[in-house]
Amino acid sequence: MTTEGHFGEYGGRFVPEALIGALEELEAAHNAAQKDPSFIAELAELHRTYTGRPSIITEAKRFAEHAGGARVFLKREDLNHTGSHKINNVLGQALLTKRMGKKRIIAETGAGQHGVASATAAALMGLDCVVYMGEEDTRRQALNVARMKLLGAQVVPVTSGSKTLKDAINEAMRDWVTNVADTHYMLGTVAGPHPFPTMVRDFHKIIGNEAREQMLALTGRLPDAVLACVGGGSNAIGIFNAFIPDAGVRLIGLEAGGDGVETGRHAATITGGSPGVLHGTRSYVLQDENGQTVESHSISAGLDYPGVGPEHAYLHDIGRAEYRAINDDAAMAAFELLCKTEGIIPAIETAHGLAGVLIIGKELGPSANLLINLSGRGDKDVQTAAEYFGIPL
Amino acid sequence: MTQLDSVMAKVRSENRAALIAYIPAGFPSKAGCAKAIKALAAAGVDAIEIGFPYSDPVMDGPVIQEAADISLKAGTNAADVFEALYVAASTGVAAVVMTYWNPIARYGVEKFAQSIVDNGGSGVITPDLTIEESDSWIAATKKSGINPIYVVAPSTKDERLKNVTAKTGGFVYAASMMGVTGSRDAVASTANELVARVRTVTDLPISVGLGVSTREQAKSLAAYADGVIVGSAFIKLLLDAPSEQEGLDAITHLAKELALGVREGR
Repeated sequence: MTTEGHFGEYGGRFVPEALIGALEELEAAHNAAQKDPSFIAELAELHRTYTGRPSIITEAKRFAEHAGGARVFLKREDLNHTGSHKINNVLGQALLTKRMGKKRIIAETGAGQHGVASATAAALMGLDCVVYMGEEDTRRQALNVARMKLLGAQVVPVTSGSKTLKDAINEAMRDWVTNVADTHYMLGTVAGPHPFPTMVRDFHKIIGNEAREQMLALTGRLPDAVLACVGGGSNAIGIFNAFIPDAGVRLIGLEAGGDGVETGRHAATITGGSPGVLHGTRSYVLQDENGQTVESHSISAGLDYPGVGPEHAYLHDIGRAEYRAINDDAAMAAFELLCKTEGIIPAIETAHGLAGVLIIGKELGPSANLLINLSGRGDKDVQTAAEYFGIPL
Repeated sequence: MTQLDSVMAKVRSENRAALIAYIPAGFPSKAGCAKAIKALAAAGVDAIEIGFPYSDPVMDGPVIQEAADISLKAGTNAADVFEALYVAASTGVAAVVMTYWNPIARYGVEKFAQSIVDNGGSGVITPDLTIEESDSWIAATKKSGINPIYVVAPSTKDERLKNVTAKTGGFVYAASMMGVTGSRDAVASTANELVARVRTVTDLPISVGLGVSTREQAKSLAAYADGVIVGSAFIKLLLDAPSEQEGLDAITHLAKELALGVREGR
């Protein structure tokens, strides 16, 4: 299925030569760690005593009444320390950073979830941490900027380009090219050059491994469909991975449709993009006829990215996973519904997946069991949601 | 044999280094770019790299980013890049394009290589194309007879230097330091060491780029390199100039100084 960091025709390495040494070093460190019982035990212990794993499954019975009567199961990654699945990846990468003898990590962040998670891991392991964040996003997510600073990280507002996540990644890569000898780039999603898509997946596959066992124990069978929101695609790959060999389980990724894919103002990279190269990997990209990256749009800062992980591109092309776009309004309706039916405020990213549950539940009917990755909690989104619903602050 | 091959052979026979200038297509404007190219050629530049402005230039520092932004906002496209290439080639200097990979992939790999030839160009520098991802590109450059120019860095290991240079044509682009484009006060000592390592694996000419902005730096590099590449320094002069003419005068002056520098090194 994959060879040398490729997923079919996707993946690979499209980076300045200066980074090749570091990517090879990282690949070797990751491969060695995956076979090293002491690394595996150390990470498992951290997950048990720090992350709060295994994360539980909650059956959303009242929410399910709006989903065609299908049973809906929430994999509660929102209950992890720092409030999202992102912690799975950063703890793994932070351990690798120490193994490689590096003292400094850099990270990009859009909404701030990965930045907060990175700052957390850096604080825990005594590493210096610099987070690049688009200037626009530092304004939209001021609370998370403060959070990262409290955790001891330096937050650098990025003023180049569109001043959002895409440009934060550019700036982090420039830092890395310059400081690669002592710095690890803690990329936050399953995109970027090899080995990132594989490595970040490996650190998140615990989500699906746990959920598969939990679903078998709870319901006596595999779910009919597994759903997750897709920006870069890390939480989706994390929950999909364990189910890929289960041909009877549909894998459904929900992309950010923004104002609607037909308007051009969206972040649905697979639904509305085309194959190309961005940030070191070949995958689907939102681009114009000259190969320039087009700015994405979404109410969710965490999905507001014009690229997507190469494994998703591959799963799409071979027909193993399907991808649909959920517009801002549909996502916010699902957001509100989960709040009011289950007492759970989801991240707006996650709400795109929940909107997918409402649609797929109706398509499959009452006999279906649906599993969704509840990838993050919505505390960070309270201001955005309040503005959207007209709640005075 | 491309025009670039001839130029690099000529400067070798003259026991000096080549002066290679970089300017993005469409910068400071479409017409201004053509004037700047002609000014650089008239001032004694041996080769010109036409940059394909790109939305996500991870190898470039703030100066080239700003120039690319200006150019992209003005709507620069592939046709403008090839037109600038044609203007450069028409002056008699060796002309190449420097571009990130996605614009080539989008344009069509074979078609891109052929358009280089059709507009008098000699080759293409591809700073984010690794040799592992290069099969289609190498085939296209062979078919069109142009130079595929790869970048090597101080961190590139000897074994890999051998593999990268084996795919390279025209000259090897040696990045003088670990970092992005942009002027530095001093060119790092890593440049000398890298060039020496590259010499052990190839007979190709070696040009050094990243951070070069003065006659003194050009002179010191020319002592051991076959080419000296200057980009951000020219662009900064054009960005800072109060008027287009003053910008053209400033780059002419710098190019003349640098042209002396590349002749003083040995």
